[in-house]
Amino acid sequence: MTSTIPVAAPVVEPVPGATVELAGVVKTYGAHRALDAIDLRIRPGELVALLGPSGCGKTTALRALSGLEAIDGGGILIDGEDVAAVPTNKRDIGMVFQSYSLFPHMTALENVEFGLKMRRVAGSERRRRAAEALDMVGLGRFADRFAHQMSGGQQQRVALARALVTRPRVLLLDEPLSALDAKVRVQLRDEIRRIQTELGITTVFVTHDQEEALAVADRVAVMNQGRIEQIGSPRELYATPATAFVADFVGLSNRIPGDAAGGTVSVYGTGLQLLGEPLEGPVVAYVRPEDLSIESSGMPGVPATVVSSSFLGSLRRTTVRLDGDILVAVQHGVDLDPQPGTAVTLRFRGSPVSAIPRSAPALD
Amino acid sequence: MSRQAVRLGTEPSPVTRWVILGIVGLLFAVPIIAMIEFSFSVGPAGGYTVQHWVDLFDPANARANRQLFQAIGNSFLLAAVTVAIVLVVLLPTMILVHLQFPRLRRVLEFICIVPITVPAIVLVVGLAPVYGVVVQLFGGAIWTLALAYGITVLPYAYRAIQSNLDAIPAVTLSEAARSLGANPLQVLWGVLLPNLRRGVLAACFISVAVVLGEFTIASLLNRRNLQTALVQAGQSDQWIAVILSLLSLAFALVLLLLIGRLGTARFSTARSSRKRSSK
Repeated sequence: MTSTIPVAAPVVEPVPGATVELAGVVKTYGAHRALDAIDLRIRPGELVALLGPSGCGKTTALRALSGLEAIDGGGILIDGEDVAAVPTNKRDIGMVFQSYSLFPHMTALENVEFGLKMRRVAGSERRRRAAEALDMVGLGRFADRFAHQMSGGQQQRVALARALVTRPRVLLLDEPLSALDAKVRVQLRDEIRRIQTELGITTVFVTHDQEEALAVADRVAVMNQGRIEQIGSPRELYATPATAFVADFVGLSNRIPGDAAGGTVSVYGTGLQLLGEPLEGPVVAYVRPEDLSIESSGMPGVPATVVSSSFLGSLRRTTVRLDGDILVAVQHGVDLDPQPGTAVTLRFRGSPVSAIPRSAPALD
Repeated sequence: MSRQAVRLGTEPSPVTRWVILGIVGLLFAVPIIAMIEFSFSVGPAGGYTVQHWVDLFDPANARANRQLFQAIGNSFLLAAVTVAIVLVVLLPTMILVHLQFPRLRRVLEFICIVPITVPAIVLVVGLAPVYGVVVQLFGGAIWTLALAYGITVLPYAYRAIQSNLDAIPAVTLSEAARSLGANPLQVLWGVLLPNLRRGVLAACFISVAVVLGEFTIASLLNRRNLQTALVQAGQSDQWIAVILSLLSLAFALVLLLLIGRLGTARFSTARSSRKRSSK
């Protein structure tokens, strides 16, 4: 039932997206600084994902944008207008929540109509627009269903239609997919992106799932301890992480000890270009599994022993042990099937890496 | 889940269940049957008549029964004012605490449950001086007794509303409504109350039942309500007291059935809908 294929019909008219800006936004809970002077500028029609571990402030940032959370300092601007003092119901936003939030006493259609009703749109017009919005998310025939008669994925689709039908200036998505199972999740993720692109609505998407953020967003803001560590396109974040935290959080990274000097870091005898702040002395380098390769034993490179190897469909990920009991994951083609215990050679492909001083506390 | 699957393990057999139900039912039925029998009895000499029932409603006796009917009217007025207190004071407070001040929930719960631990007679000792002031402020009208009843029904009304509040995602629903442009009043009226309907109705019915059965406070504060009037009537005409007790029991039974229906109505909608969606 969850695998309803939506009909592609951009029926909710595209609206020119708004510019959204968080300027030095501060939010504290007692002594805890949930948002530590956050600056973020979102271009019209852009989808920005706020990504980070739980407690990093991403949901607080979204709730501050929506007005559900009052801020302690800074400004929130939508199209240049400071809305920090404007209550939620007057901010002209659409929001989809993590937990199912459809009104249980209303049908899907009535749920979608709710926002229009609050804006005093006339009955017939209201029903027409609500029905169109339901069609847009592929649930036109579920108009008479109540929330408890729909699957989680369907409920979130209705919630999306409900958030969009009023043609809000900004769409806020608070981990809308996290309660869904894996397959529906990917399907709905792609659908959100399709609809968002068609409507051109400025969107903020909060998630703790880096794969989701990279797949769906124009730009991703990686947050940590109430601050934005880096903001950039998914490709930039992945290829040139500004900090070790970003390197560690976005994608998979091996932590390999090395020595930094003059903008390069030497790991097991291979010199790699160092990204970010210049460092000197002992470091831990973050090396992506795809930036490594496995060769037969005896070839030039680092001697290693295969620990395990997993088949991941289109590729394989093999863990090898280096001298000093360092475990390293290597990504390679499925043709190669290394057996545990085999002696191999590890080679660095030479891509630039991020690093932290070795004395710094390890990131988890 | 099929209904069969729910019946697990050591559940008693249908026969055992009916036997237990029969014995308990009999225990409750005996006094009620005795009351019904008595209400039709002529007297110690034996024989049956409907005269006592007819007398109660006979316009010719209206004068004699005036005080009694006035007491019934008083009890209904008290029930109405008590329900109003529950709806106007308790309900908004509970919603506000649930949504805005969740830290106060424990405190509110404690305050609301306390009256059940205080015997009515002890409550009156405390209430007597309070009513001295109440009478000065509002006069001695019967409705002022509802201020005390508002306290005695708190535990029951609180539980009924709270269990409903806990069963719905009230915070998310109200935030969703706000994000869609609803002001606080529209959130309350359009989203929260429709979903709290069952809890609120149950709270109202229980409050009515408690108020109609209240004797101690009214008696000790010298107010006339159904129960005090029954005791008084019982001293001169036992039949009238028994008939009115039967009628108030029947009324309470109807209220209980209504509360029960509220619960099962939700269950049957959920079940029928599950059937629909599995098609």
